[in-house]
Amino acid sequence: MHICIDDYLLDIVQNSFEADSSYVELAVDQTESRFTCTVRDNGKGMDAEVQKRVLDPFYTDGKKHAKRKVGLGLPFLNQACEACEGTFALHSEVGVGTTVEFSFNLAHLDAPPLGDLCATFVILLAHPLAKDFVIKRTIHTAKGSTGYRLDKQELEEVLGPLTTSGTLNLLKEYVASQEDDVRKYYVNPDAHKNKAPLSKQQEM
Amino acid sequence: MAKMTLEELRRLREQKQSELQKRDIEGKDSRIVVGMGTCGIAAGAKTALDTFLQVLEEKKIENVSVTQTGCMGLCYVEPTIEVIVPGMPDVIYGKVDAATARKIVEQHIIGKQLVTDHMFDRPAADIIKKNGGK
Repeated sequence: MHICIDDYLLDIVQNSFEADSSYVELAVDQTESRFTCTVRDNGKGMDAEVQKRVLDPFYTDGKKHAKRKVGLGLPFLNQACEACEGTFALHSEVGVGTTVEFSFNLAHLDAPPLGDLCATFVILLAHPLAKDFVIKRTIHTAKGSTGYRLDKQELEEVLGPLTTSGTLNLLKEYVASQEDDVRKYYVNPDAHKNKAPLSKQQEM
Repeated sequence: MAKMTLEELRRLREQKQSELQKRDIEGKDSRIVVGMGTCGIAAGAKTALDTFLQVLEEKKIENVSVTQTGCMGLCYVEPTIEVIVPGMPDVIYGKVDAATARKIVEQHIIGKQLVTDHMFDRPAADIIKKNGGK
């Protein structure tokens, strides 16, 4: 079971990378109480029949791992969103692409902690199947609004291929400086630390 | 930290590159591949990858390739990672938490010794394609 919101993000964006997409976009918007993500790709898409079944953990197309009978990414995400009064929506069209839109109610007791968004963004940007990939991060609270944009092609033009430890650490430093700026607009920066401890199930 | 611009990042990169040319290139041609499937993520693969980057930064090793792949078929010992160092056998390590990641850098990548208590051989049979994926 995933523990933090960033685990779900990491898992779900990889679906888009693996769907033969030439463009993938991740939009992450945050307010005092809501964390909303949109993952959009122009990959192969899913027909209506498959869309009906993807939220079933015992459904998989069997292409990636021929003998396996489970596909847990989307069901995990859907469950986590439902558990904290969030939202979940999937739009897909064969040959056009897929959009997954979901949100977490951060004020809800069962909302997962945010996790480490910097590390997650760095790992997603460095994913070998991510070509044209853009992350748009925004925040809107009573303190004001800000945001930043990470464009893989633009970053590779500056840093070279995002493959070696030195380059990835530079990227990490860059993303951390952007995320630090966003954190200034958190209304209650320690909200997640004050939450109830992890349930037994999450600890497992 | 002040919000960095792309230009500042570019300058930092150039500065690092010139420092790099003065040093012996340790870690060149070594690779760490982290299994980042649903199973890996749930077990902490993100922490493992981040710790690898952190320890390599501490040791000033800039040239190890750190990449990611899907599930390697050893879901019962996630997080799993593969380490490829020239002159050593390719190894798949399992149950790689932060402390183990540190040990792998210090002992395997730098010390050229296997970390035997975390070795889990090769990908499981259902992942390996019969004709070698050709």
